[in-house]
Amino acid sequence: MPKRKKLTTAQQDYANTAKALEPKRPVVKNVLMAFVVGGLICTLGQILQFIFINYFGFEESQAGNPTAAVLIIISALLTGLGIYDHIAQRAGAGTAVPITGFANSIASAAIEHRSEGYVLGVGANMFKVAGSVIVFGVFSAFVVAIIKILINGVGGL
Amino acid sequence: MEKLIWAFLVGGTICAIGQIMMDVFRMTPAHTMTTLVVTGAVLGGLGLYEPLIEFAGAGASIPISSFGNSLLKGALNEARQNGIIGVLTGIFEITSAGISAAIIFGFIASLIFKPKG
Repeated sequence: MPKRKKLTTAQQDYANTAKALEPKRPVVKNVLMAFVVGGLICTLGQILQFIFINYFGFEESQAGNPTAAVLIIISALLTGLGIYDHIAQRAGAGTAVPITGFANSIASAAIEHRSEGYVLGVGANMFKVAGSVIVFGVFSAFVVAIIKILINGVGGL
Repeated sequence: MEKLIWAFLVGGTICAIGQIMMDVFRMTPAHTMTTLVVTGAVLGGLGLYEPLIEFAGAGASIPISSFGNSLLKGALNEARQNGIIGVLTGIFEITSAGISAAIIFGFIASLIFKPKG
């Protein structure tokens, strides 16, 4: 959000009018939709995990990897077919927050910038949204890890 | 069966929190995802995220917040074995599958599909 500067009265009037005319977001409906769709994606993940543990002999701690991979493949495919973004318009965070949303942000950026070429378009833009997730995820994990190690001592982790 | 219900409820709740951040606090999806990842790493550091995964399974491990927790877990596991350099070598250990899969299949998708509308 841009820093709020001192506004003249005319600008303030304009800002107030704009705010009053802005369509109200159906917050309750959106949150409910995000809850249901996000919940369903996680349930699908749980079902996949059961399948990988019971039929493919994965250990419980390892079953997350193939589960994530399958969800990512589904997400990339649905993104390419234009279906994922269609669902995302209604489900908002329900589709953005699960790992499928991470895959969707990469796949959609890759597809969108394809016309600029594979190196400068696809390669360079793939991580437009996902990049910030990785940067802040890695940095915060690094800080937390260092703090934990300092508190516990490297030996007694 | 019980686990499916908890996965639905917990996963849904995390997504609902994300939606509230977007709608009520007017954050962009990128800010929302980033905040959730950092939250996951901090909760992992406090030792709260693993019990949540234990309890809700995919409900806690599929949302992006688990990405932060996994980064931390990988770093700490490797640090336990190889000393402090393990923080650098282990940070992507657990999340490697997710990141690699997203890059590979995202790239394949860009080879096959043309942008819509």
